[in-house]
Amino acid sequence: MPEQTHTRYGSNIGQPLTRREGLLKVTGSARFAADNHPEGMLYAALATSTIARGRVTFLDVAAAKAHPGVVDVIVPGNTPQLAFDPDDKDSPFTFRMDVLQNDRVRYANQAIAVVIGETLEAATEGAALLAPRYDVEPARMGLDGNETFVPPAVGVGEPPDIDNGGDVDAGLAGSAKRVDATYETPAQYHNAMEPHAIVAQWDGDKLTVDTPSQALTMGQGRIAQLFGIDPANILIRSPFLGGGFGSKALMKGPQILGIMAARRTGRPVKLVLRRDQMFGPVGHRAPTRQTVRMGTDDSGQIQAIHHHNHTATSSFDDFFEPAANLSHTLYAAPALKTTHTAVRLDTGTPLFMRAPGEASGSIALESAVDEMAEACGMDPLAFRLKNYAEVEPISGKPFSSKNLRECYEQGAAAFGWSKRAAAPRTMRDEAGLLVGWGMGTATFPALIFAADARATLKADGTGLVEIGAQDMGQGAWTALAQIAADGLGLDIDQVEFRMGSSDLPNGGIAGGSGHTATAGNAIHAAGGDVIAKLARLATDDQRSPLFGAGNAGVVARDGRLVRRDDESRGESYADILARAGLPALEGQGSAGADQDAQKRYAMHAHGAVFAEVKVDPELGQIRCTRLVGAFAAGRVINPRLVRSQYFGGMIWGVSFALHEEAVMDHRSGRPLNANLGEYHVPVNADIPSLEAILVDEKDSIINALGVKGVGEIGITGTAGAIANAVYHATGVRVRQAPIRLERLLGDLPLAAE
Amino acid sequence: MKRFDYIRAGSPAEAVAAGAADGTVFLAGGTNLLDLMKGNVLRPDRLVDVTKLPGLDRIERRPDGSTRIGALVRNGDLAHDAGFARAYPAVAEALLSGASAQLRNAATTAGNLLQRTRCPYFTDTASACNKREPGSGCDALGGETRLHAILGWDSSCIAVNPSDFCVPLAALDAVVEIEGAGGVRSVPLVDFHRLPEGEPWRETLLEPGDLITGVVLPAEAAGFAANSRYLKVRDRTSYAFAVVSAAAALKLDGERIVDARLAFGGVALKPWRARKAEAVLAGQPATPETFRRAAEAALADAKPSGDNAYKIELARRIAVRALTLAKAGTPARMPALPASPFASPLGVAAHA
Amino acid sequence: MSISITLTINGTRREIALDDPRVTLLDLLRERLDLTGTKKGCDRGQCGACTVLVDGRRVNACLALAVSHDGSDVLTIEGLSEGDRLHPVQAAFIDHDGFQCGFCTPGQIMSAVGLIREAQAGNDPERIREAMSGNLCRCGAYAGITEAVLDAQARLAGESRTAGDSQEKAA
Repeated sequence: MPEQTHTRYGSNIGQPLTRREGLLKVTGSARFAADNHPEGMLYAALATSTIARGRVTFLDVAAAKAHPGVVDVIVPGNTPQLAFDPDDKDSPFTFRMDVLQNDRVRYANQAIAVVIGETLEAATEGAALLAPRYDVEPARMGLDGNETFVPPAVGVGEPPDIDNGGDVDAGLAGSAKRVDATYETPAQYHNAMEPHAIVAQWDGDKLTVDTPSQALTMGQGRIAQLFGIDPANILIRSPFLGGGFGSKALMKGPQILGIMAARRTGRPVKLVLRRDQMFGPVGHRAPTRQTVRMGTDDSGQIQAIHHHNHTATSSFDDFFEPAANLSHTLYAAPALKTTHTAVRLDTGTPLFMRAPGEASGSIALESAVDEMAEACGMDPLAFRLKNYAEVEPISGKPFSSKNLRECYEQGAAAFGWSKRAAAPRTMRDEAGLLVGWGMGTATFPALIFAADARATLKADGTGLVEIGAQDMGQGAWTALAQIAADGLGLDIDQVEFRMGSSDLPNGGIAGGSGHTATAGNAIHAAGGDVIAKLARLATDDQRSPLFGAGNAGVVARDGRLVRRDDESRGESYADILARAGLPALEGQGSAGADQDAQKRYAMHAHGAVFAEVKVDPELGQIRCTRLVGAFAAGRVINPRLVRSQYFGGMIWGVSFALHEEAVMDHRSGRPLNANLGEYHVPVNADIPSLEAILVDEKDSIINALGVKGVGEIGITGTAGAIANAVYHATGVRVRQAPIRLERLLGDLPLAAE
Repeated sequence: MKRFDYIRAGSPAEAVAAGAADGTVFLAGGTNLLDLMKGNVLRPDRLVDVTKLPGLDRIERRPDGSTRIGALVRNGDLAHDAGFARAYPAVAEALLSGASAQLRNAATTAGNLLQRTRCPYFTDTASACNKREPGSGCDALGGETRLHAILGWDSSCIAVNPSDFCVPLAALDAVVEIEGAGGVRSVPLVDFHRLPEGEPWRETLLEPGDLITGVVLPAEAAGFAANSRYLKVRDRTSYAFAVVSAAAALKLDGERIVDARLAFGGVALKPWRARKAEAVLAGQPATPETFRRAAEAALADAKPSGDNAYKIELARRIAVRALTLAKAGTPARMPALPASPFASPLGVAAHA
Repeated sequence: MSISITLTINGTRREIALDDPRVTLLDLLRERLDLTGTKKGCDRGQCGACTVLVDGRRVNACLALAVSHDGSDVLTIEGLSEGDRLHPVQAAFIDHDGFQCGFCTPGQIMSAVGLIREAQAGNDPERIREAMSGNLCRCGAYAGITEAVLDAQARLAGESRTAGDSQEKAA
């Protein structure tokens, strides 16, 4: 293959454009799934279980049906026939779901019936009137609540135990300094602001659904499988997601129940989850108990790391939070191993939640590194630099790019890290509050998935780019349009960009921080394809000023092709198409992992996060008063949006360290704070000061655009940085997230007389 | 939500008459009632809407120096009433530390007094709860009890009252004005809410049909204006219920405490007036040592109801701090973060 | 039983026949009047996504029974801009990237408009943050939101000064 001879030129990438869908969002005209209201629509409400394990023995269907406005009640036995057993699993991405196939209850808040009504009020009350009775079996709860086993795989298909060949036990035994500490993280629930919602309507065997989806094609396939219809007969519209964070990556049971309700009634149906119903059937971040054992020589050089994670999955399906695997990437260690164990509990099945594995693993590892640095008498940054991984510690592979040193440097400078007092509990502000400074290293793998895109040049010289991509807030509507415009050598306003619908080419998954790389590279390739076709039309045509330029190559810029060796010779797209008598010209592109490059290189984004907390010296209340993060994640498509992604991740780090925790009643298995009043996420007042530095990084190996992901890395590093800052402020090491004031209180003396 | 009949009351007397029927509740701001109805914790047959009752939405300074807050005065309006906030700064600070601006714009004075506990076993209708269902038991016992009571509880109920507003009201001897079948009567706020005493379903002194028409702060209460604070420790900086809170008010003669008021929130099923602590403070020098002795006295009878022993020490410390802040003086302007430990530029430096 | 109420919604007076007293102001707007800009995030007054102005004050529409608000004036996100001209708060949210997914955004914007009308926060970012704490944003756009509120407040103050100036000149 010759080198690419056709260059496309654009000035859209790299510009801090504001969100292109912003006008819709600030005026209330962006239509989210639950905002749809087709003619004749009914409302469906779920009745959900109040037990975690057992069977439903009675539902007062008659009472529900007697309520004015109730149209129908779906219970096991009267559901539409499914073509695929929802308890079968034909791939790691096929998660078992509860859609009224039997009377069994496997977790609290599981759907046990669907009530359909003419109004939302009727359906909702109908569900309450079902007054279920149960045969209750004891709930198995907590990380010690059941038999421990080694999972067959963690995350998505990774082995549970991995090492780099070094002898960890010998390394630890030979170490001059050691840390052996156990950290706990609680169950967390995604809690996107938009509850899962679906509006489903059937027309014969054709199905149209409005529902938020991070993976349209996968969702389409899942619905097709369950209902036994051709995927081509299913249209999923998801132009906007009100947040996803992983919980909308897969079609979940409640969405399928909405489709069933529409099937059964023959009318369009809307089903929206109540906030409390999101604490069960739509995934969560599993709790972890992680032990990090680490040893160094006298100089502070790490000799060995063992990171073990004990986690939980549901009684009926597998998702194991791969928390220990974060340690594969960050710190050089001649002996490194990661291991996992798990228990099965009577909860919904855990799922990927923003930085799955990495977030939980990071707070443990970064805390342990902080403890290790202190044991070595070293500054935490100096310790990290001393143990900087020049190659990926677990594999020995070189990094495709790694500007972590610059992140440390720029982050530390912006934060003022050099002024940090070494000893804990020695810094105070003018009001007497304890001040603590901590840091953490951020990292996230640079993933890319399979996707296709279509690019069309139209007779008037404008472009159309189409891909079934998904925007859950990360900015796909804008960033992908910037890539699309550059791919066509057009100004962004000359390109119509369509996404968010399953009738467009497969845009892959908006997850794993890989969507810009995935969809972006497909779009980039599609643009390249159509420009190449256009260039052939011109350079093969004697009437074109570009005739014969095939060898020299042409450049696409501002809607024109020009000769690379003589830019005065060129022609507009419209003229080329007109002469060829073509109403339009179409190109295709696809993206996917470069298997060869992946074999040879480790590919990750990196960053450094510096946190300041203030702690009331006697009352223990904590506030994270300042965060500075510096991140290197390859090429930046839109710095405004990337900064917002980093901010969002960092706020999730605050939430992880200080706020989020699903409180479960260990007797009943019910979540006790299944609401946004008591399941705390940060409020505006919790976030006084954020700074994100976009560190320059060029990566020509990772993918054609040189793009890594920015959506999840911000939570890594941050949670640990805050935990370390709390230690630095107070001298109290809390190894349990979230850090609650009572975990500090006993060690905070009253002020001296 | 259960279907209900909706009646709009035209006068307090009409409301009282309509409200006396079984299964009837009053609707005012609705911020707590509708929340509980949506959760099926409350399933009333009939709502009597009192929001349009005339004359209950005023803050009146009366000739005797007292202030009467109409039952329908919204929490936000009360807190932002400049004259009121000057006279009763701890009350304003407590109000502004509660809920959100939106909720404060809807929630009423009377409704705040009647808000129900946040105990998750009360709001979880599948749990046993004596408050919700008399005699059914208390699943909070032995459950998740981090935020439960440390004072005045018994095995029938270990929940806490969630109000911020009521804490300084209790400290300042506020009086609740009630119109009932037998006419209008007044009850001290400290007696208005009941401790469980084996019958936690009886939450207040209200009888069926009784309508709160106002809350009165006596003339004397304004005498603490120069040295009044509310302090609320929370799990997030704002929009969270108290872990423990306290209102402290002092009358000082130089360094000597002439009169002191102290009440706690988040520790018991009612706003907890700490009279023993007040007795310790009265006549003593306003020193950390005095404050500490007062705090000890305030919590002398405290005992954990579960995994919440930390709240006893926390309450002591909050008492000391609130008194310290009160002694330092009411800030000229409402702090940016009302009642927060992060509110005051003085912070703990005040007792250094 | 049908109850008739009158609401002025975004400047338009509407007679509404309610067949069910349980309908909240939020569900009335969203499910019966096709004003879906106002969002339902929690339905329990815990997230602020449903914030609207009722008689000029910000409230959670999810905890307001429609029937109890007979005679009220309701302003929703749909009624905020004047034709094509965005309200300064809306424009500032775009400029400062005060949102990501956009779901909490109508509530944030209405809350910010209410906050500015309350005139309690001044230009102190800490007071703005506190006053905006009744609006959760799970994407974490708080920094942009705070900047947007400060900026919009300044723009509005500038506008009213300008308007005042021109009035003086006219007088």
